[in-house]
Amino acid sequence: MKILKEKCVGCANCVPVCPVGAIFIADDGLSEINTETCVECHNCYRSLSFEHLPPGLTRVIRKFLKTISLRFQPDPDVCPTEAIAPDDLEWPRIIRRAFSDPMVTHESTGVHGRGTEEVKTNDVSNRIKQGEVGLVVEFGRPGIGAYFREVQAVTRILATSGAVFESGNPITQMMTSTETGDIREDILDEKVLSCIVELTVKLSETKRLLSLVKELCKDVKTVISIGVSTVCDKNGDDAIKDILIEEGFEIGWAKLNLGLGRATDSAAAAQEVGQ
Amino acid sequence: MTNTLHRYGEDENLRDDFIVFAMAAKGFNEQGALEKARTFLRAAIKYEPINMGNALVNSLYRPEKDLSFIKLYFIGRQEKTTYENLIAEMPGPGSAAVVFDRRDRATDFVRDVKKLDLGLSINISALIDDTRDICGEVEITPHAVEYTLGFHGATEKLPDQQTLSISTMCGHGMVSSHFARKMMDRVKEGRMTPKAAACCMAKFCVCGVFNTTKAMKILNTVKKGQ
Repeated sequence: MKILKEKCVGCANCVPVCPVGAIFIADDGLSEINTETCVECHNCYRSLSFEHLPPGLTRVIRKFLKTISLRFQPDPDVCPTEAIAPDDLEWPRIIRRAFSDPMVTHESTGVHGRGTEEVKTNDVSNRIKQGEVGLVVEFGRPGIGAYFREVQAVTRILATSGAVFESGNPITQMMTSTETGDIREDILDEKVLSCIVELTVKLSETKRLLSLVKELCKDVKTVISIGVSTVCDKNGDDAIKDILIEEGFEIGWAKLNLGLGRATDSAAAAQEVGQ
Repeated sequence: MTNTLHRYGEDENLRDDFIVFAMAAKGFNEQGALEKARTFLRAAIKYEPINMGNALVNSLYRPEKDLSFIKLYFIGRQEKTTYENLIAEMPGPGSAAVVFDRRDRATDFVRDVKKLDLGLSINISALIDDTRDICGEVEITPHAVEYTLGFHGATEKLPDQQTLSISTMCGHGMVSSHFARKMMDRVKEGRMTPKAAACCMAKFCVCGVFNTTKAMKILNTVKKGQ
């Protein structure tokens, strides 16, 4: 992302809307983006409304108002001169946008946002089976961001834990080896707003894996959001709630897959009938 | 839709917040999924969801890219589209989401969705006890559950609780904590109403899962210095 200096009038409305705080007012009084911090989420460009005031005249008016202790202040969600523009991103920087812009679809999985369906479609995909637990470890959320190098430090240890990395997950797709947890070298210094590592473990291994993840969280320099999922039994009850409470987690907010989905695409439906 | 999993707040704060969304599984039920997603959203209209969205097209609340002096000061801003426009604009099924601030409406909607038998995966994000109650009332046996275990690691980098309660309503992080803070300050200073600030923030959440009613409640407490 870039600020068009010839258009910017330094109103600073774009500064707080950046989720990672990459936009600032530089010494010239105009906005600037710290490209190292920017995660290319396109939030500033996409979500600020644009007015099309002439930049030169607007700067003159701003200066004049300042001399009489008045302030030119557009609505907080408006860039008055359309001074924000996206860059043409090349590899590996483009990976920042793939993971950070919710309107971009991940090429590796065909899913937008963070690129994973988790248990949201499990009633159809049967990704997590009875007796298994899905662990969703999300780096950088909420609003802090993470480098893939930080993620790799954790995936390397998780790779030796006996858990299985979910194959239909963008981070797994970026691994050079799921046995070592290594992520491809050319993206390690790229920063994203957040990314999800997905693991599947046996129900009996849940406590051990959760303890390991909690331990690993102590050494990271970013924030990690953890989610745990499982398939319900025929009564709709689940086996992990009690485990989580025993482990000291507070249970409140959750997502429930209602089980109303089914395979209808011809090939998938035929396969389902075959099973 | 992991973006609805980690909403922050006390139970009292999280009550009256129900996100119901429909999603097709890649390679399993994509054929005809767009029309089914539209049917899903259309079915919600009569229950007046407070927000609606699809990350491929944006939410009910959206930015205006063609503001002019006349629009700003004479005609007025058009900050929200209609349910029907949003549904017509959808280019693909994506995750079609609706947000309710009343449990009875969420329950009635889920009952209708069950009858529609769309074949898409339907999920509810809310407090688990409330969601299980809805399933009981509608006679649905849930297939799977995902619990949030909260935030870990360098949590000292996170903002204060009120700010988090607002900013985490967009799980993709598009409602920046700095912007949420700015809105809270403006409300406190009397420069914006809680409603205007909530609607302003909702424009940044492209999936349409930002709960404006909950945001207004939080902003009202901020306004009163609580």
